[in-house]
Amino acid sequence: MSSAGPKKPSNAIAQELKEICGEDVVRCYQCGKCTAGCPMAVEADLTPNQIARLVQLGEGERALDCEAIWLCLGCETCTARCPQKVDLAGIMDGMREISLRRNKSKAAKNIRAFHQAFLDQVKTFGRVPEFPLIGDYKLRSGAFFQDILVAPSMAQKGKIKFVPEKVKGAAEVKKIFQKVMAKSQGSEKA
Amino acid sequence: MQGLGFYPGCSLGSSAREYGDSVKAIAEKIGTRLEEIPDWTCCGATAAHSVNRLLSVSLAARNLSLASQAGHDKILAPCAACFSRLAAARHALEKDGALKDEVASIIERPLDKLPEIVNVLGWLLDVVKEDATQWRKKDLSGLKVACYYGCLLVRPPEVVNFDDPEQPTSMEKIVSATGAEPVSWRSRLRCCGGGFSVSRTGTVLRLIREILEDARTSGADAIVVGCPMCHSNLDLRQRAAVAQGKPMPILFLSQLVGLAAGASPEALGLGHHFVDTKPLLDKVSSGKA
Repeated sequence: MSSAGPKKPSNAIAQELKEICGEDVVRCYQCGKCTAGCPMAVEADLTPNQIARLVQLGEGERALDCEAIWLCLGCETCTARCPQKVDLAGIMDGMREISLRRNKSKAAKNIRAFHQAFLDQVKTFGRVPEFPLIGDYKLRSGAFFQDILVAPSMAQKGKIKFVPEKVKGAAEVKKIFQKVMAKSQGSEKA
Repeated sequence: MQGLGFYPGCSLGSSAREYGDSVKAIAEKIGTRLEEIPDWTCCGATAAHSVNRLLSVSLAARNLSLASQAGHDKILAPCAACFSRLAAARHALEKDGALKDEVASIIERPLDKLPEIVNVLGWLLDVVKEDATQWRKKDLSGLKVACYYGCLLVRPPEVVNFDDPEQPTSMEKIVSATGAEPVSWRSRLRCCGGGFSVSRTGTVLRLIREILEDARTSGADAIVVGCPMCHSNLDLRQRAAVAQGKPMPILFLSQLVGLAAGASPEALGLGHHFVDTKPLLDKVSSGKA
């Protein structure tokens, strides 16, 4: 690519998506069915078909720092309905992964904080106990008083694991994390 | 006693303990021995697949390997998210030999045999298909129930390979077998907001408001669900979403079937909900149901 003249759009992102989830974004013919069924389309800065279009046109970079990819609920409505059988949900997963690799994620701080808090528990204990999970999330997000009114009821109903149980496989899980992170490019911090 | 591989996941012993309790209660009533996968670990749930595909497949795959090693060719995962992650990993590994080799080397466990994953609908459809006199001790006729599938029990179709993603019927069949009447309503397959319960509560409240209103206008006495997140979002978050009006009890499908199978409300965890289930139980025991 020449450094002089207008920047040529590259489709590195389409290629990366193919490597991560095996999907060819080019197959999308923009019918909009995914967006029509997306429960988050009303809240998001970009809709699913817009994200697919950006990637097709080599403008996928614009979707990497948006809130939309993090607002995706993974409800799989898009994937189930696509007439071209494009796995849109898988593509959204892939876009998040690429965004993290390139350190582009700025939006949806709380959502990313929750994912990270959750994975912290998995990595450390092998399973996810509720109390340390919420504690970790609150430290990351600053939402210290959230759900403070339901917490006593939850505890009284026996719905909160306060202390992580001893899981033999925890050591194996920690190793899985280490090996996967070693393979991935860049930082995996959400 | 017949043995069935069982993957409870992180919530069935705590935040969704009613689900765990009621699944075990049914198993006991019908004479199935649930064999918990030894040393199981978290499937990765939403967090893993949201940030790293290889991690999400690997975390799930470890459990598939353990289950196979324990001699199971079929495992029951009542949590819809756990079911989805285990089934998705199985699907990906079957399709892609290179991925299978890569993951086997990451988890340092064999993946040559992968068990089939069964969700709560598949399991209970099998249970109730037996002659009703074999298992049903209480007829729940008179009860009107809204069947809420949510997202992951029937989507995506290639992974789930069960029922239909747009017009499913399995939950209605199961509910009908208890004697209860499934109502016709629009929100069966809408998302409840899943994992955003804590990190984006506003979204959950918006989504569940519609679901609850639809169930109410459809004449349902209760909504039945097959997922810990759906239950939590519709039950724990209900008052925050709908401050007035008649509360809508939210039951796990296994609690409804458990009641029909003759298990006690205590055994089924019906006293632990945020939305009181007593009005529903009164209707059941008064014979009006």
